[in-house]
Amino acid sequence: MSASSLFLCLIGLGLFSFIFGRRRIHTIAKGASQKQHSRDVYHASFLVICATFVPIVLLIIWTGVSPLVIDALLESFLKTRVSSPSVGEMNVMMAKTKAYYAGSINAAFIDDTIAQATVYYQSLVERSLQARSLAVLLLAIAGVAMGLRKIALRFTARHSVERVAQLIMLIASAIAVLTTVGIVLSLIFETIRFFATVSVSEFLFGLHWSPQIAIREDQAGGSGSFGAIPLFAGTLMITFIAMIVAVPIGLMSAIYLSEYASPRLRGIAKPGIEMLAGIPTVVYGFFAALVVAPFLRDGGADIGLTLSSESALAAGLVMGIMIIPFISSLSDDVINAVPQTLRDGAAALGATHSETIQQVVLPAALPGIVSAVLLAISRAIGETMIVVMAAGVAANLTANPFESVTTVTVQIVMLLVGDQEFDSAKTLAAFALGLVLFFITLALNILALYVVNKYREQYD
Amino acid sequence: MTEPSNPSARKAQLAKRYRAERRFRAYGIAAISTAGLILFFLMGSILLSSLPAFTQHYVTLDIDITERHVDTQDLANSDWRALARNALRAQFPEVSGRKEKRALGKLLSIGSSDDVRDYVTANPSSLGTSIRLPLTLSDDIDLLLKGVIDRDLPENERVVSNQDLAWLDRLLDEDRISRQFATRIFTNGDSREPELAGLRGALVGSLWTLLVTLLASFPLGVMAAIYLEEIAPKNRLTQIIEVNINNLAAVPSIVFGLLGLAVFINFFGMPRSAPLVGGLVLALMTLPRIIIPTRAAFAAIPPSIREAAMGVGASRLQVIMHHVLPLAMPGILTGTIIGLAQAAGETAPLLMIGMMAFIVDLPTDVTAKATVLPAQIYMWANNPERAFMARTSAGIVVLLSLLLMVNATAIYFRKRFEKRW
Repeated sequence: MSASSLFLCLIGLGLFSFIFGRRRIHTIAKGASQKQHSRDVYHASFLVICATFVPIVLLIIWTGVSPLVIDALLESFLKTRVSSPSVGEMNVMMAKTKAYYAGSINAAFIDDTIAQATVYYQSLVERSLQARSLAVLLLAIAGVAMGLRKIALRFTARHSVERVAQLIMLIASAIAVLTTVGIVLSLIFETIRFFATVSVSEFLFGLHWSPQIAIREDQAGGSGSFGAIPLFAGTLMITFIAMIVAVPIGLMSAIYLSEYASPRLRGIAKPGIEMLAGIPTVVYGFFAALVVAPFLRDGGADIGLTLSSESALAAGLVMGIMIIPFISSLSDDVINAVPQTLRDGAAALGATHSETIQQVVLPAALPGIVSAVLLAISRAIGETMIVVMAAGVAANLTANPFESVTTVTVQIVMLLVGDQEFDSAKTLAAFALGLVLFFITLALNILALYVVNKYREQYD
Repeated sequence: MTEPSNPSARKAQLAKRYRAERRFRAYGIAAISTAGLILFFLMGSILLSSLPAFTQHYVTLDIDITERHVDTQDLANSDWRALARNALRAQFPEVSGRKEKRALGKLLSIGSSDDVRDYVTANPSSLGTSIRLPLTLSDDIDLLLKGVIDRDLPENERVVSNQDLAWLDRLLDEDRISRQFATRIFTNGDSREPELAGLRGALVGSLWTLLVTLLASFPLGVMAAIYLEEIAPKNRLTQIIEVNINNLAAVPSIVFGLLGLAVFINFFGMPRSAPLVGGLVLALMTLPRIIIPTRAAFAAIPPSIREAAMGVGASRLQVIMHHVLPLAMPGILTGTIIGLAQAAGETAPLLMIGMMAFIVDLPTDVTAKATVLPAQIYMWANNPERAFMARTSAGIVVLLSLLLMVNATAIYFRKRFEKRW
């Protein structure tokens, strides 16, 4: 049985045991002199949990683990047939076996060993599926039987049900942690494998990035070079341009909206700016690549500037637009959090409104604003679609914003899009870049949090 | 600020300070109007460039549904293309020579054969008769008729040749050209031909993906929020979980794509390009975005409700399930809808797991190869044909209108059911 039909089976069994459990406690309670401890629904739910909880856990674990076990068995089977294969040969044989089993390649492409291995593989898969169905269903039925024996008038079903419910909730909140652990572990594992072929110092300090790996050994330009400095420089330049656009516009509109604007203007302008935040980044990417970049290039040509059609300027400008609502809504919050008494005090001393803002409100809100800017930088560094569509692919180390540069995120996409084998240095490089990206954004977020906590003024 | 003693200097300084005040206000107005202008320009330019994609030009021709090209037993595999071409050639009997004939045939889209086929399949009685039917024109001719390609350009700078133009003018004079709403953009899957490319496959793919996202992230998110806000003891462990969730919300989306590739596809061997994997990746991304507003919704429920329920003997879980959760539901739903809307617009992590395949057929389940709306937009944006620019913009217009509708629903929920305590 497939996992989904098995799952449906369990759901059916669950429904059945709900009704059955309810009946059971009814019959027991009828005419009993004592009061029952838990309401009917808890007894019924208890039976449902008995019937489904353990089998579902088993189903998930089995489905996750069995491919790994089967792979290991297949590998040892192949080892008995082929004398000391290399890692590459082994991967090819395994892939062929699975492809033949799935029917995606025909018999012309395989030899005897693979044919035998496929028969073996098929028997393993089938046995695993049979064993899984059997184990899951047996456990479910055993659960129902055990649960039925427990149901009684004074049985504390509610306590049991609530304990399980709390456990499930705890697992749910642990998934958030597991995600982080998963991210860190998967990035670190692949990165370690990447650093087995490319040294750490070459990656972090090398000036040349061209990740082309030759398909044949003797091809010209055989080994790629993985110096990531041009990518970091390109990312920084585009982020810098974005900040030049976003910080003044975002900050000034936040100031105006919270300090000067009439409620009516605020009611229109605030959702308007927030609309910018709701636009998917692929839309900004399209806007940057097909509207802003040609416009800048033609405009530059008119005044005698040569702009690349994938200039850092276009990507940076549009990224800045994307960041505006981010800065403005965060700054708006912190400016509003500055107590009115400070403004009144400044006004009482004769300061004009702008002097109050510049010399009282902004200094008080500064930690919040700095943290907003830090978060915005982290957003800009991790942003992908705008740069994939509007920035370049070639890694130029340049300080000229009119030229095309590439970024960390662009390279991750370029290295991973399309079909290539998973173990090449090229694909592993993407994970190394991802790790760098993860830690930089994490550091910026923590720094932002630290700035707020350390320098925030406590009023009242 | 030191006051000058001289009255006129004092006045001058005051005037200077007021000028600074006005300047500062002007900066603020300038910032807001810049943002507004940008929004206007962005929306305007996309809307404007999308307009050509919503209509399509057709040429009305007389078609002989002759037995020679139609296999009555197998309508799907009959030579409809030849029928359409012959009908066009009948209009220009003077055209001879293979090259010219082929050029003439190129005026029609490949989809014109579908027009004939669909008509005949729907009206089998038309077999053997002559019918009058509008046929789809090719994308370049269509753009020329819409004025996107300028007919006054020299011949080598426009895709349409002088010969094509002459033919087209004759058809125009005979009043055979018509413009209709382009239904194909909603009913077709992807195609290499811009005039045939539609969003249906991507829309269905998005639907499957978001279904997985919703099913995975909503229960998990709500349960996690209940645990953290209502049940968990305030200790170090919960603090770590909390910090973790806040950080997860700020992790770049592309990193989630890497996680999906390494864990779901390479470790667990799930299929590439499938809505199942895409939906799970988006679910992990959406999880913190559901947990945070859900916790806020719980925190907004006054403790008196909980105390009252406990006072009549409810257990902690009963308090939550019977009172707190129903009361917090509007807030939770609003947060979930907004989180899903964000997930619906996400592209980068889905590129990592290959959800940008060229899909003509509709995905039928969560393990079939599929693409999503934003990825479709990205793929179309990369196509060199000029007509794809309009198609891309139209895709964006569809995406933005869907997101707008979804967000409007969220705002309605909040307005309609929100309670102030």
